[in-house]
Amino acid sequence: MPDGAAPVLDVRGLKTVFRTSGGEIHAVNSVSFHLKRGEVLGVVGESGSGKSVTMMSLIGLLPSPPAEIRGGEVMLGDRDLLKIAPEDLRQVRGAKVGFVFQDPMTSLNPVFTIGMQIMEPLREHMGMDKRQAEARAVELLELVGIPDAKKRLKSYPHQFSGGMRQRVMIAIALACNPDVLIADEPTTALDVTIQAQILELVKELRQKLGMAIIWITHDLGVIAAVADRVMVMYGGQVAEHGPVKELFANPRHPYTRALLKTIPSIAGAREARLQVIEGQPPILSEAPTACPFRARCVHAMEICTQENPARRPVDAAPLGHGHDVACHWTPEGTDA
Amino acid sequence: MRDTVTEPQKEPLIRVEDLKMHFPIYTGVFRRHSGDVKAVDGVSFTIQPGETLGLVGESGCGKSTVGRALLRLYEPTAGRVVIEGDDIATLTPEALRLKRPTMQMVFQDPQASLNPRMTLSAIIAEPMVEHTRMTAQERQARVFELMDAVGLNRRFANRYPHEFSGGQRQRIGIARALALNPKFIVCDEPIAALDVSIQAQVVNLLEDLQDKFGLTYLFISHDLSMVRHIADRVAVMYLGRIAELSPRDALYAHPLHPYAEALLSAVNEPDPNRARRERIILKGDVPSPANPPKGCSFSTRCPKVMDICRITRPELAEVQPGRLVACHLYTAAGSTGASEAPEPKHNQSQQGASS
Ligand SMILES: Nc1ncnc2c1ncn2[C@@H]1O[C@H](COP(=O)(O)OP(=O)(O)OP(=O)(O)O)[C@@H](O)[C@H]1O
Ligand SMILES: Nc1ncnc2c1ncn2[C@@H]1O[C@H](COP(=O)(O)OP(=O)(O)OP(=O)(O)O)[C@@H](O)[C@H]1O
Ligand code: SF4
Ligand SMILES: [Mg+2]
Ligand SMILES: [Mg+2]
Repeated sequence: MPDGAAPVLDVRGLKTVFRTSGGEIHAVNSVSFHLKRGEVLGVVGESGSGKSVTMMSLIGLLPSPPAEIRGGEVMLGDRDLLKIAPEDLRQVRGAKVGFVFQDPMTSLNPVFTIGMQIMEPLREHMGMDKRQAEARAVELLELVGIPDAKKRLKSYPHQFSGGMRQRVMIAIALACNPDVLIADEPTTALDVTIQAQILELVKELRQKLGMAIIWITHDLGVIAAVADRVMVMYGGQVAEHGPVKELFANPRHPYTRALLKTIPSIAGAREARLQVIEGQPPILSEAPTACPFRARCVHAMEICTQENPARRPVDAAPLGHGHDVACHWTPEGTDA
Repeated sequence: MRDTVTEPQKEPLIRVEDLKMHFPIYTGVFRRHSGDVKAVDGVSFTIQPGETLGLVGESGCGKSTVGRALLRLYEPTAGRVVIEGDDIATLTPEALRLKRPTMQMVFQDPQASLNPRMTLSAIIAEPMVEHTRMTAQERQARVFELMDAVGLNRRFANRYPHEFSGGQRQRIGIARALALNPKFIVCDEPIAALDVSIQAQVVNLLEDLQDKFGLTYLFISHDLSMVRHIADRVAVMYLGRIAELSPRDALYAHPLHPYAEALLSAVNEPDPNRARRERIILKGDVPSPANPPKGCSFSTRCPKVMDICRITRPELAEVQPGRLVACHLYTAAGSTGASEAPEPKHNQSQQGASS
């Protein structure tokens, strides 16, 4: 989307470690990325690769202990969110950064009605009175496609289906028109038609309000439909990053390449057995000194066990702005 | 993976007849009973032993409720659920307890279904403690076997649920459901939280178990390409009722019900460089299950709606061999009075329209 402009969000070298009775877990290792106004960054990656932990670290959502942020900076405009006072961070969370959690049942409070939970941020951060907040809550629920919205305000979370709860979470995150929306698997429980409706809504929000969006998903179809850029995570690191079309057309990291092969298709021949990436993800009990993908990688070489590959550009753009990959291997026929 | 249509009719493992599940709505200070959410409103189907029935449809259309009512996690409002010859609504608590191990559910919301105070190992072993006489050692061995099967590292055995990522938690639920070697599993969005490689691993596992032990599945999912992969037949639900129930290949090649057609057209191709096919965008009010429209419940949004659709409710009927559709386009009443008869794209559908 717009380029040249200063990013709204700029994350550099983020490191998050969990200290558990069984030792440390290095869930996020030097993750860097940025986000401009009106831009959608898609985030994909193996289950357990650190997508949720990265995003929760940004806005102080991880309880500490066990979580510990060991390094990095998170610039929202000119403020480093890792350094500001807890009070200010709370304000940022409510009004500047909206968050849709992966697990809607745990983030909705079972004892309060849906209506109360949508109205709360509106009253706290937007200074609305009860009637205004209620009108806006109905509007938000309609936006995310919940029928009979006014009546449904009085329902409790357990009376909603999985997909309806997910849409309530989206409505809450959007309530205060945040600058940045972080959506963690926001559409897994939605059927494709409602998903399409939500994706349209997202496109509209970024256009009209310039909202910048981070969209974590396993669904590469959704990434293809909404993202401008994609960040692929593996083992707590960024494995590959680039503009969406370029990344799908020329995946460089062996993990990305394997990932793209595993998707069953809606059309064409039906495969007898689905492809999988053999082996298990790394445990991350210490900071990596080798490529985290090496044990499962079909291209692994000597150096892969000796050195953790740094991200390097594969096109002319500066690192982080074009296509880059963290891998020692170079596909044949390319020179980067 | 068998083609159930061409096989001689066997006794189905599951027979659901006119199942209804209504949730009462109470309003006002006196909590007056003012209506019902008709989450499931007259659903019938069968599942053959060793078959996978896919269940898809709009969010909130009642899929999870069907799954739960099948296993009697809810007391249905009306209808019958017969599993292996037993009407499970009439089973005594003791008979139901004995039957439980044979039918399991993988829940949509993994977090809410895992006890936060138990370790992974204890969670997976719990059903074995309750229903078998295995020794602690045997149980541990089985727990490890199950963890391997769903791709969870054995070193995670003593961790608690909150220490796992969303996808890892989902796999704990799957391992637990498999612990007692069930015959029938309701898989409610079992793979939604998993990345595609692990999705593939879990689906391959479910298929292997089916090949080896003849497991039967009700597979609820929004992922239409995965449903195409795993299901033998697919039921498409809309607002508490079945719109279409067809063999997989027939449905994906040529959906008959207009809702099924719209649903399939909305799938996102996972490649931005590939041209997208024509998408049918549904307009009109999404109705509420507390107040379903008169006539066909899809009539408020159907691109092919006719007058009769707003008056009479279409019943689910076999309009082509093995294909059940609830739509006036395919009934005599619909096709004679229709200004807009369906365009038959295949020879097949012509026979269907006249029946
Ligand atoms: N509270 C915790 N204590 C210990 N380890 C944790 C904790 N929370 C997360 N982890 C670990 O951190 C790693 C990263 O988890 P994260 O939730 O970020 O994964 P994810 O990429 O979001 O995966 P998914 O796609 O399955 O949601 C995982 O290996 C997980 O087990
Ligand atoms: N315990 C309950 N009390 C009241 N209403 C309920 C209850 N459980 C479900 N419902 C309602 O029943 C309808 C169907 O819900 P269900 O969870 O079966 O949908 P679903 O098809 O599984 O949707 P999703 O794809 O979003 O998971 C919804 O309108 C929901 O609000
Ligand atoms: S660095 Fe080596 S092991 Fe890692 S992905 Fe590249 S080739 Fe494979
Ligand atoms: Mg996650
Ligand atoms: Mg559901």
